Amino acid sequence: MSAEVPEVIERRALTAPQRAIGDFVFRYLTVGSGLVVLVVLALIAIATTGQALPLFHHNLHQFLFSKVWNPQAARPQFGALGFVFGTVVSSAIALMLAVPVSVGIALFLAEFAPLRLRRPVTFLVDLLAAVPSVVFGLWGVLVLAPWIRHIYARLAGWAHPVPGLRVLLSAGQGGGGSGRSFFTAGIILALMITPIVTALTREIYDTTPSGQKEAALALGATRWEMVRGTIFPHSRAGFVGAALLGLGRALGETIAAALVIGSSVQVTGRLFSSGDSMAAVIANQFGEATDTFRAALIGLGVLLFIITILVNLIARAILGRTEVL
Amino acid sequence: MTISVAGPLDQGSLRAGVARRRVLRNTLATSFVWLAVAVALVPMLIVIVYVLRKGGGVISAGFLTNDLPIQARSHQGGIGPAIVGTILVTGFASLLAIPVGVLAAVYLSEYGSQSRLAGVIRFLSDVMAGVPSIVMGLFVFTIWVLRFKARSGVAGSLALACLMLPIVIRSAENILRLVPRDLREASYALGARRSRTILMVVLPAALPGIVSGSLLAVARAAGETAPLLFTLGITYAKNFKPTGENTALSAQIFSNASSSFPAAQTRAWGAALTLIVLVVALSVVARFVASRFTVR
Repeated sequence: MSAEVPEVIERRALTAPQRAIGDFVFRYLTVGSGLVVLVVLALIAIATTGQALPLFHHNLHQFLFSKVWNPQAARPQFGALGFVFGTVVSSAIALMLAVPVSVGIALFLAEFAPLRLRRPVTFLVDLLAAVPSVVFGLWGVLVLAPWIRHIYARLAGWAHPVPGLRVLLSAGQGGGGSGRSFFTAGIILALMITPIVTALTREIYDTTPSGQKEAALALGATRWEMVRGTIFPHSRAGFVGAALLGLGRALGETIAAALVIGSSVQVTGRLFSSGDSMAAVIANQFGEATDTFRAALIGLGVLLFIITILVNLIARAILGRTEVL
Repeated sequence: MTISVAGPLDQGSLRAGVARRRVLRNTLATSFVWLAVAVALVPMLIVIVYVLRKGGGVISAGFLTNDLPIQARSHQGGIGPAIVGTILVTGFASLLAIPVGVLAAVYLSEYGSQSRLAGVIRFLSDVMAGVPSIVMGLFVFTIWVLRFKARSGVAGSLALACLMLPIVIRSAENILRLVPRDLREASYALGARRSRTILMVVLPAALPGIVSGSLLAVARAAGETAPLLFTLGITYAKNFKPTGENTALSAQIFSNASSSFPAAQTRAWGAALTLIVLVVALSVVARFVASRFTVR
């Protein structure tokens, strides 16, 4: 929106030089503030990459393709693969849990909810977004993990005779393990990204022309048929965008994952065994790290930065086409 | 679009079957949707109940004001320094991020609008919003903590400000765009300059929305832990100065949650309740401001 200044006012500017200066100063103050974003982002990229350079110079290949992380050894090894794996697996679990639920909540709020329930449920979902991640982490590590390990143990028992599931659901070291695992992290992450995915999905639903919805209902469609026939076809691309934006959140989430993922790096198909993620290992090990170890952790940060930015950009490109963002 | 409307007219039983199936599907979908709401809200309510129950028992005037115990296993002490730290660090971050963010939003909506630079800034601010918060912490660590060889409240504030900036920009720009064009034109017609129009007409009209959006950003920052981990340091006594190491509620919860001492865990629950009350209060005030004083 550019409210064009009428010519008359522009000419009067010359007759009141001080005010013109004020105008000029204010204008460039706002431009400068806008440029802060550019500068900070550039600094983030340069400063962090710069600190990680010692590692990238010597061990880039090992860093990217090895899963061995042994910072305290005589010849320390810094392979990021295990952490990338943990980040991807826990985030994927989070998405698989959060997306169907979010799609459901958004449908509930948009079409199915009795009118008087809409506001309270919206409020509660927003409240969910307001709960700090460290509180979810606290609950996850002190309440959820000790409880869910019994569930894991039981599931492992059931899945044992089934060849495919045996590994996937095996309960990790020592029965149910500690309960801190890829899957536990996935659950907590799912809780944390549900509000954002729900909010986006709702906005996507709103792009469906109400004429089409009404037409479907007028033809005698049930509510579900209306949703399937009008809302879903309009929302398909948007779902992908919303899910990817949720993924971007999950990938970068640190504190909750640091508390519940179990902090033992491994590449394994066992979802109930403990692992580690990029953000979590930075949070847990940075305090004691020096020199190359520190460079390696900052390098993990750079890698995480790149992955998250890519996911976010793809998400925004998709959502931009659906005119939601 | 596939909507099975009705079966053949002459086959009554078939039609009844189709109708029943359609109703059944609709019922299934409805139940799925209700289930989704329950699946998301039940864990959240459980979290809140736990925090209220475990944290509520600890909260007392002493707990909220006493210094932190040096030894994590000690039952003595409180979380006073963490509350001071959270308010100080978040407050200073807000002082940095909100003015810059609002001015940048003014540029995007009032001056730049369609220009290429505005497009670039808008894009980068979206990119910045996606930067993981832990990376903000690493960033401030490399440019501030390594340089000045000291963790401090200021460093923590810088990291939080980086996190808040894109949130403030986006919400403020959206609000500024809602201000009716007529208001600006009326102001120009009265002979006001652009800067005066923005400062005296546009910003006041958008103020409630800007305040509300900024408060939500503050709430978000107050709950963040990751940017503070390597920047803030630790203090056991209250530190009201921006310099020197400090602590925060979120950081205290994090360090106490990973402790195996019951006393530390109890303190973590108490701190969690305090933090949630703080954050939710900010969010509720934000919503209240937004709904009470909407843009005319």
